[in-house]
Amino acid sequence: MADIVIDRVVKEFGSFRALQEVSLTVNDGEFVALLGPSGCGKTTLLRIIAGLETQTAGRVVIGGQDVSNLAPRKRGLAMVFQNYAVFPHMTVFENVAFGLRMQKATQADVKRKVERAAALLHIESYLDRYPAKLSGGQRQRVAVARALAVEPAVLLMDEPLSNLDALLRLEMRTELKAVLREAGTTTIYVTHDQTEAMGLADRIAVMYGGKIDQIGSPLEIYATPATRFVGGFIGSPPMNFIKVQCSQGTARIGDASLPCPLTAQSLELGLRGEDASLSPTGSGIPFDVRVVEPMGSHLLLTGSIDGQLARIVAPPTAQVNAGARVGLTVDPARVTWIDSGTGRAIARA
Amino acid sequence: MPARTSWIPYALIAPSVVFLAALFLVPLVQTIWLSFSAGEGLSLENYQRMAGDLNFALAVKNTFLLTLVVVPLQVVLALGMATMVTKLDKGRDLVLWVLTIPLGISDLAAGLAWLALLQNTGYLNSALYALGLIQGPTGWLSQETPVALFFAIVLAELWRATAIVLVILIAGLQLIPKEFAEAAEIFGAKPWTRFTRITLPLLKPSLQSALILRTVLAFEVFAVVYALGGRNFPVLAGEAYVWQNDNQNYGVAAAYAVLIMAISLAATAVYLRVLRTRPEQLP
Amino acid sequence: MTTSAAELSQTSTSRSMALPSARRLLLWTGLAVLIAWVLVPIYLVALGAFGGRLGVFRWPKSIWPTDLSFAAMSQFLAIEGVFNALVNSLIAAGLTVVFSIALGAPAGYALARYSFRGQNAYRLLVLLTRAFPLAILALPLTVSFIRLGLYDTPFGVSLIHTVLALPFAALVTQSLFMGIPREYEEAAWVFGCTRFQAFIKVILPLALPGLAATAIFAFVISWNEVFAASILTVRERTLTAYLLRILAESPLHYRFAGGFILIIPSVLFIFAVRRYLFAVWGIASK
Repeated sequence: MADIVIDRVVKEFGSFRALQEVSLTVNDGEFVALLGPSGCGKTTLLRIIAGLETQTAGRVVIGGQDVSNLAPRKRGLAMVFQNYAVFPHMTVFENVAFGLRMQKATQADVKRKVERAAALLHIESYLDRYPAKLSGGQRQRVAVARALAVEPAVLLMDEPLSNLDALLRLEMRTELKAVLREAGTTTIYVTHDQTEAMGLADRIAVMYGGKIDQIGSPLEIYATPATRFVGGFIGSPPMNFIKVQCSQGTARIGDASLPCPLTAQSLELGLRGEDASLSPTGSGIPFDVRVVEPMGSHLLLTGSIDGQLARIVAPPTAQVNAGARVGLTVDPARVTWIDSGTGRAIARA
Repeated sequence: MPARTSWIPYALIAPSVVFLAALFLVPLVQTIWLSFSAGEGLSLENYQRMAGDLNFALAVKNTFLLTLVVVPLQVVLALGMATMVTKLDKGRDLVLWVLTIPLGISDLAAGLAWLALLQNTGYLNSALYALGLIQGPTGWLSQETPVALFFAIVLAELWRATAIVLVILIAGLQLIPKEFAEAAEIFGAKPWTRFTRITLPLLKPSLQSALILRTVLAFEVFAVVYALGGRNFPVLAGEAYVWQNDNQNYGVAAAYAVLIMAISLAATAVYLRVLRTRPEQLP
Repeated sequence: MTTSAAELSQTSTSRSMALPSARRLLLWTGLAVLIAWVLVPIYLVALGAFGGRLGVFRWPKSIWPTDLSFAAMSQFLAIEGVFNALVNSLIAAGLTVVFSIALGAPAGYALARYSFRGQNAYRLLVLLTRAFPLAILALPLTVSFIRLGLYDTPFGVSLIHTVLALPFAALVTQSLFMGIPREYEEAAWVFGCTRFQAFIKVILPLALPGLAATAIFAFVISWNEVFAASILTVRERTLTAYLLRILAESPLHYRFAGGFILIIPSVLFIFAVRRYLFAVWGIASK
């Protein structure tokens, strides 16, 4: 068990700056997800923590020890790789035992710990098989068991579920959460899949362009995005951003008006699709529906507000036709105001 | 890669660099230097002696002729073989194994194999005799029958070194996605058109490397010729060998070596230029 | 309309493996001719090798094996120098294997796993060797080899043969190592291995079959090489150099016996590496 402090870490590849002064603290036993689109630097950050890349500047401290210049094997961590990296020339047992053997654990110890990790991941029945005979999901389990068998202070996971099919991914996600909760290991989990991050993590660090845009609990990140990017990246459909004119604390859209902050020159209204409701009278913010997609649990309406693209979620039974103009009512407490100039959210009053 | 480990790749390539420098670059320079040095100082004496030799013109002519006949025939033959083999489903591995056996056979052994077939009392003559075409053992591999000797060498070279072209071309064919030919087929291209308009252009990189490899080796040709015809059919590498080993004249041998290298480099340059593929044209 | 329909059916059958029987027959006839073209000379040299002195000069010859004996072969092997030459060939080829793997595989690993300054220069050096008739470079080496005591030794021959095999080994092992995901190695590092341990425990076992194929190719390259071996030896000849030397004066059946011995390992080797043949050449010819 250990906490992790990432202190102003910079990584440059030639002239390209992959990470710009990233700082992050992960508490002991905490599960933090690094979430972001490809190329945002999340994998680079994870590899720097693992020691597989060397940072250009900054420090990595694990459990109070500065490990910035230590080789991976000396950092006391375990890792689950995107393609599992389960060694094809070793049996499942030897794969799970690999880290323990490197620690020169006694035979009895190896057997006991391998069996415990195997039981945790339900792979006891194929310990003597070779990985080539296993399905992707089973290999995934072996990779996790191998990582947990060494009882690491820190567990790093690099998109571990991205190579599984959708159904298996859902199943493994649930199981992973239960297993890791039980193990109580400090975990950093890289993913580009917001549902994975939301479902698994205690806290999510949303990364974009080599920086952490926001760090917070899944609910915080969803409800109060710190930047335009976070709002647009998280949630399905993504948050809508509507440019509005704000004069004397009131923004007018059609015949509706909303209270708005006075601080910025030009403002965008950040509105989640499910935070707007169809007004029975047709009053409120005018929304021109262009496409109606019944999704089963809800209707997805795509159209425009004041000539700007917007997606709104409506109850599955709502009577809306493409081409209609409807009115939307919005709870002012649930909207986010974005400063168009900086792209950052304006702090709520 | 971590910056702290940047010395590792250099340590890994260093032994081979040192080795190649000592046994490739140094002898390369030595050969050139040796060819220009005679007695004291630099001169063209070795080259003059080389050019003045009775066998020189013949060796140049023979080597070029052999290369110009053998290499194109090998490419055509290998293309035919490759096309046939790719049509197979069962037995493909076995057929390929047999067709690639000559790959591992030395030019000397190849020469000897064809000697068994073509010598005076060999199997060809026996067959011709059985058919009533000749009266008794007939020589094909002597100075009196230069044309027959030439064809014997061409046959042996085709037999021995087509396999390498075949392997390179099949390796290249495997890289061409089947969808291209299928797409052409859907738009109405017949097999021959598909071959000339789709397969051949996409195979250009493989053709290029096969041609370079084969041409360089063809200018070095020596043991096949020697096994079949002795010195009855002078070639450049054979002359270099004779000057070095029999005449103990290293200077003239080096001049031959430089000539062979110059021709090889020129041929390589031509292939690189003529058969160049722009990177954006690759699939 | 009708013609286009006919064309359509024709092309669609040619695409599928089910060729019409006439074309199928043609294909197999062609292949049978090609297979015979490859195998018949080998068969005939074998007949020559085991037919003895009488067999070689029999006229007219029968293509069937009659009165075969090992006499000619054992006589040939008993000739002074033949056995020695065989041993020298084996030593030279064995050393070539060791050197080309020992020097080439690390370079291949470096090319596969690192990007470093001078990488392209190194690649150029390796590719440059291909544009040169390498065996010819044995010519000037005679003098320096005499000075260094390497002349007329299998060791000296193996050095020049390594020049032939090394670029090949470097390129092939490069792609061999590229085919082994970097993640395996990284996983080994994370779970407690040093770089060296990770290579030995994880990479080497996975690369072994490919390395063996590379080694076999290096062996064949050396085993078959005639020119440099002939230039660099006098008494301690390799088999190819020995055969070349005695070509003019030795009787035909000895030549065929020698040719047969030269051919046999190649046939076996090509069989052993047939799975790798195309991968290896696909790579080496890039």
